[in-house]
Amino acid sequence: MPSTTYGKGLRGLSLATILTIGLALVLVFFYAPLDANQGFVQKIFYIHVPLAIVSLCGFVFGALMAVGYLRTGERKWDMRSYVAIHMALIFGIGGLITGSIWAKASWGHWWVWNEPTLVSFLIVLLLFATYQPLRFSIEDPERQSRYASVFSIVAGAFVPLNFIAVRLSTQYVHPRVLTLTGGNLPASMGLTFVISLIGITLLYTTLWKYEMTAKNARSQVRRLRRTLLGEDSVSPMRRSAAPS
Amino acid sequence: MSLLLAVAPALPLGKAGKFVAAAYIVFVALILIYVGIMAIRAQRLERELDELQRDVEAMRAQRAPDRQPESVL
Repeated sequence: MPSTTYGKGLRGLSLATILTIGLALVLVFFYAPLDANQGFVQKIFYIHVPLAIVSLCGFVFGALMAVGYLRTGERKWDMRSYVAIHMALIFGIGGLITGSIWAKASWGHWWVWNEPTLVSFLIVLLLFATYQPLRFSIEDPERQSRYASVFSIVAGAFVPLNFIAVRLSTQYVHPRVLTLTGGNLPASMGLTFVISLIGITLLYTTLWKYEMTAKNARSQVRRLRRTLLGEDSVSPMRRSAAPS
Repeated sequence: MSLLLAVAPALPLGKAGKFVAAAYIVFVALILIYVGIMAIRAQRLERELDELQRDVEAMRAQRAPDRQPESVL
């Protein structure tokens, strides 16, 4: 049975990621002007916002992959969903920490509990933080994949709903610089932001592919061992949150 | 590089600079930790492949003496 390869195009993608992030950093520190209100601290915007956006999109991507699993029952979709959510969590933690540093620098507090944008992001992150313990708590692999898929679809649907609810709320101190009508960023800042966003998106895609390649290679080695040396030659998998 | 620094705005490395540096260091640290984890996994995979190769070679060596010599007539 031919297996899916995830390593294809990984070298080009990695190179594109490095170049785009490098370009983004040059633009952030040498091209984008200093913000009139916040000054140099505003440079955090170019890393914090793309991390948060890519993280949220990653959760939705994981939910879409989970739909693929429920439709087909093929384990590769569950693996894709698992890795997408796993990566999105890492990016989300990055977004949360950088946001917290920015908040301290511009508002004087590490965290503001009455700010809907911050609290809603934290809720989404905590929701997805339960994904791994949920998987780990289910021993049967089939059941683990099915329950985890249902969870990621429901939680993934919560992401845009949450986003809309926050947008509709009126009491916020968190700045709104991106809107559907273009936002209020000057062109140079807008360009820098777009390049940063592309860079972080490429980074997410590259890391996702790396992880998929590694997991796929490991499972192929196990399969090969089983085929060549028999079922007894393969040590039983330890209980894990990751799909086997 | 000196040309690049010449066109760069004066970087305020006071209080604001520390926060910006901290945010970007968090980003770089996350990537480095991830790369470290991937390196450990790659080593583990390499070890598993080595084991598999050794086991297959041992199996071949075990089977070789059992084979009957083919008749040339």
